[in-house]
Amino acid sequence: MSLATTVRSASDLGLVTLVGIAMVVITVVLAVLSPVLSPYDPIASNADAALMGSSWAHWLGTDAYGRDVLSRTLYGGRFALVVSVLATTICVALGALIGALAAFYEGWIDGAITRVLDAVLAVPAVLWLLLIVSVFGSGTWVIVVAIAAVYTPAVARVTRGAARPVMRSAYVVAAQSRGEMSLPIIVREVFPNILDTILVEYAMRACWVILLVSTLSFLGFGVNPPNPDWGLMIQENRTALVVAPMGTLSPIIALAVLVVGLNLAADGLGKYLGVDRAMRGVA
Amino acid sequence: MIYVVRRLLASIITLFLASFFVFFAVQALPGDVAQQLLGQNATPEAVETLREKLGLNQGIWTRYFDWLGSAVRGDLGTSLVSGEPVSTTLWTAFTHTLLIAIPAMIIGIAISVLLGVWAAARRGRRADNTISVLSLITMSIPEFVVATVLIIVFAIAIPIFPAVVLQGPSASFSDLFPAMWLPIATLVFSMVAYIIRSTRSSTIDGLTTEYATTAELKGVKRRVVLLRHVLPTAMLPVLPVISINVAWLLGGVVVTETVFNYPGVGKLMIDSVSTRDLPVLQAIALLSACVYVLVNLAADLLALLLDPRQRTSGRASKRQRPDPALEAKTSEASG
Repeated sequence: MSLATTVRSASDLGLVTLVGIAMVVITVVLAVLSPVLSPYDPIASNADAALMGSSWAHWLGTDAYGRDVLSRTLYGGRFALVVSVLATTICVALGALIGALAAFYEGWIDGAITRVLDAVLAVPAVLWLLLIVSVFGSGTWVIVVAIAAVYTPAVARVTRGAARPVMRSAYVVAAQSRGEMSLPIIVREVFPNILDTILVEYAMRACWVILLVSTLSFLGFGVNPPNPDWGLMIQENRTALVVAPMGTLSPIIALAVLVVGLNLAADGLGKYLGVDRAMRGVA
Repeated sequence: MIYVVRRLLASIITLFLASFFVFFAVQALPGDVAQQLLGQNATPEAVETLREKLGLNQGIWTRYFDWLGSAVRGDLGTSLVSGEPVSTTLWTAFTHTLLIAIPAMIIGIAISVLLGVWAAARRGRRADNTISVLSLITMSIPEFVVATVLIIVFAIAIPIFPAVVLQGPSASFSDLFPAMWLPIATLVFSMVAYIIRSTRSSTIDGLTTEYATTAELKGVKRRVVLLRHVLPTAMLPVLPVISINVAWLLGGVVVTETVFNYPGVGKLMIDSVSTRDLPVLQAIALLSACVYVLVNLAADLLALLLDPRQRTSGRASKRQRPDPALEAKTSEASG
């Protein structure tokens, strides 16, 4: 099954999935176009206009530094989205390869890989991230690599589980007996047959990475102030919630639209491809 | 029995590897730890004294085995910041975490299994749709948003609970008691979605099995089919999902504890990261790894206890391999 036939017809996916995809697309488009759409510079502060309510000048009001909440909300998803795409792509690619290798070689190689994966998974993701960030600082690339590293073992475990039955199939055995090398077999025979699992895993990972990035920013280890980010905005503005609620509510709503959309899309994709994603835990 | 022994051995190896990774991640990373701790303006003498104190002049392997050896005996070193033994600090924090994690665990598992089974029993109807949509939304809302909203509603708008814990790590039970409910609610909220979804999915699978259909056809009441025939088997695949969440709860809930300033393991972790208190961080990582391994071991043994098939599966799979059909195809292809 190729990717083209997978998404051959949008109507096959069902209304809920399409709504989910639309929510994601809208958020992404707004984030991409934020330099054009934003009425103000997202980091320009204005002490005279602090904590204002909604007005024609500032549709969603301003925060404690007089920065325009609408502009900051539009810009606020960019970091999380960029990190999410990069980190998810890296960890899914790497994890799929490791998982497939483990399933392919079985025996002691499989055992060794599984033990290592388990050992990395035994320490909470947030702790790994905090360790890495506290040593290397919180640059964009550090966060991308750290998140990719932290999530690779989980992807590898899922892929290994999906690839093991495929290894027993006749076409893999046939390829092996034709004397093909391990990598061509994995790329040509195994991956196409676990593509559904990997796609659903990609969508789910993207959700978790976005939540994780916002969490890091909220904790003060992600985006550096005064740059705009949803997690950081919620952290900065929640003390002023009673006076200027939009400062906290807008990033919450934006984040919720993106992640609910991604989850709906992942669910729909999973249902369409016959992958039961409900049976997965949080790691 | 052999399975149990092998499983135990695997757990010990996992734990050993995890300790290895943690130690080297923390210690072998670039830069002189002593220099970093003291800052760029420290005198060379001060750096040298700290290096001596941390044992940094010894080889990395010596330090690793020293650390692991002491850790096994319960000595986790001394905090670089407070100067107190890490084991005391960590134990106090862990008891505080247990105070919110255990109620959250019990309430969370009970609610989610109940809702999951209910949704499965009413599959496709309004109750199921409502539960499914709500759990998807719950899954999409980050912990810190839940915590923030709960504080706004139940600590500011309707001041029933305190918004944060004002006492530090020395807080007593009576200090923590009023403040533990909002963190518990946050944790329950964050964990239920995954268990609801897996319970629902697994129960639906169970309801469509032949034995469930047969039982229903011979006139067994639907409720009895669901609770007696389907549920015990359906809970097996949910166990790993539950165990991941339990390990997450016990291993330190960073975000919830930070928002509520709750003095548990997660708060200790954040504080230690900002002060670069490496012995404390290593100890927390080790504790989390122990919890993870123990919880998973418990889940596996429970599965073994509940599922007679798993007890014999080791032997059965050996008998099945090599698959005769595959063997035939292999010899055909190679011949």
